Amino acid sequence: MNNVFVYCELDGKNVCDVSLELLTKGRKLANTLGVQLECICAGADIEGIEKQVMPFGVDRVHIFNDARLFPYTTQPHAALVCNLFREEKPQICLMGATVIGRDLGPRVSSELHSGLTADCTELEIGDFDMNVGFDENKKPITKHYTEQLYQIRPAFGGNIVATIVNPEHRPQMATVREGVMKKEVLDPNYKGEVIRHEVAKYVKDELFDVVKVLDRHVEKAKHNLKGAAIVVSGGYGMGSKEGFDMLFELAKELHAEVGASRAAVDAGFVDHDRQIGQTGVTVRPKVYIACGISGQIQHIAGMQDSGIIISINSDPNAPINTIADYVINGTVEEVIPKMIKYYKKNSK
Amino acid sequence: MALNIIVLAKQVPDTHNVGPDAMTPEGTINRAALPAVFNPEDLNALEQALRLKEQFPGSKINVLTMGLPKSAEVVREALYRGADAGYVITDRSLGGADTLATSYTISQAIRKIGNYDIILGGRQAIDGDTAQVGPQVAEKLGLPQVTYAEEILELDPATKRIVIKRHIDGGVETVESHLPLVVTVNGSAAPCRPRNAKRVMTYKNAASPAEKAPEAQDEFKALCAKKPFLNITTWGAADIEADPQQIGKTGSPTNVKAVKNIVFKAKENRTMSASDADVENLIVELLNEKIIG
Repeated sequence: MNNVFVYCELDGKNVCDVSLELLTKGRKLANTLGVQLECICAGADIEGIEKQVMPFGVDRVHIFNDARLFPYTTQPHAALVCNLFREEKPQICLMGATVIGRDLGPRVSSELHSGLTADCTELEIGDFDMNVGFDENKKPITKHYTEQLYQIRPAFGGNIVATIVNPEHRPQMATVREGVMKKEVLDPNYKGEVIRHEVAKYVKDELFDVVKVLDRHVEKAKHNLKGAAIVVSGGYGMGSKEGFDMLFELAKELHAEVGASRAAVDAGFVDHDRQIGQTGVTVRPKVYIACGISGQIQHIAGMQDSGIIISINSDPNAPINTIADYVINGTVEEVIPKMIKYYKKNSK
Repeated sequence: MALNIIVLAKQVPDTHNVGPDAMTPEGTINRAALPAVFNPEDLNALEQALRLKEQFPGSKINVLTMGLPKSAEVVREALYRGADAGYVITDRSLGGADTLATSYTISQAIRKIGNYDIILGGRQAIDGDTAQVGPQVAEKLGLPQVTYAEEILELDPATKRIVIKRHIDGGVETVESHLPLVVTVNGSAAPCRPRNAKRVMTYKNAASPAEKAPEAQDEFKALCAKKPFLNITTWGAADIEADPQQIGKTGSPTNVKAVKNIVFKAKENRTMSASDADVENLIVELLNEKIIG
């Protein structure tokens, strides 16, 4: 009761990275609160899946194994999560801010009438004083809550950072993007309890007929932005799709991957799967080269843990310069060809 | 066979075009510096609705928005582009609503409109990027949901069967469901057609009474008596029989504890020019220190 739950997303028979990252975070939150970490694995033919999650310090694994639970469809998964939560009454529930998590999370939060914060970049435990009115002398009356989940996220297009709490409703729900939290095995031999649930007790048969997946195509990612040692990233300042060609050329020389800011993606300069930031990929490369990126919080949230940050910007006051190790004042058109030229000259 | 379509639209601050004056020196949002726009993905949803209307003549598109009185602007814009009628939900008591209170309010308005086959909306709004209201409205109305939709591939009003192509992580999926349902549409879906000049002429005086100053009310009433289609239906919380406990700030489980304008801890950095010498020196230094290789 009142434990921390993680909804584990499955890619067939494998638990997705984002869920393992959330288990790592969930374990820490559970330790702070002095409670247990539990998780849900719902899929088809997933006998033995507990072995994948247990090393992250899971105390109880809830398994729902039914051929109809993969591929994911909204209502069967929402029903099993909601009905399990009615029994277990978790205080916190974490999900990946993936297509599945962002489809399932709001459905569950609506059914359970609990608060949900999307795309959190930090999660902490702390106190909260809520104003609940005013006394006869017009002084504010506050109610004190302890051990609340702080759901921290950039908001308003990434111009501010907001801390959200849900003092009166449980579970406190949050989604987090892949790569934002770190994945760390706690103990390869960690022993938790495995609970195999009878799916029919939680999901009515007719819910499987509401939406049917007719066809499904998943392709391997075209790039390895997350794992790249060097990322060359372009912003709106690249000016055009052709401007990005220059970045691909530099990236090829440096054996780097190309990333982009949201502004560049929205402008159609580059594919949206290369977006770095709160609503894109989070990266931690050895070197991050920001080209024509001003540096909104929502972008910085996705790259601030990079080893060395180089900013190329014609605006000496670009916010990203404050977190950069090297700042080159100049236009990308001028600087990038020179970088390519001098890299070729000196790397031999 | 004709369809009754509801399109959910939101007027949002244009967070994609944030200038240096978007934040005040005190670190609060300078709303005046942010123009209000039609949430981009809601326009993609409107386009899907307009395509259905073309495919099934006689279909009716109702646009529904919740916000300040001036959010009637998005209804007008939708009328210019081909919607048939619009609804504005506006009430002081709705202020401070999070996604759950918002979806409750919208679902109450949808119940009042009644008679719907398909509810379309953008995947998410650019002011919050939460993507929650669509699925929550679906849950409140007990309807199926298809999120991240790219295109409606087939729809048969007789059997109520619908086939939709949608995005999933790293790929695409084709799903089948049945009307009525909620569909949220991606920004990568077909862009919305532009305004139609004739429709702009017809609807340019369409308004919500809430937008009009008290002294202009009589004149607007007289105009609407002659041309009822100019009146954008406007409802308050009581009109949609909303439970006061479930709307606005009271009905919102989430509370904002703190908002801060982030000031990054400035690192000690080296600034250089774009000269050949400076760029070469940097490259050589990075190579020597095996930072790049």
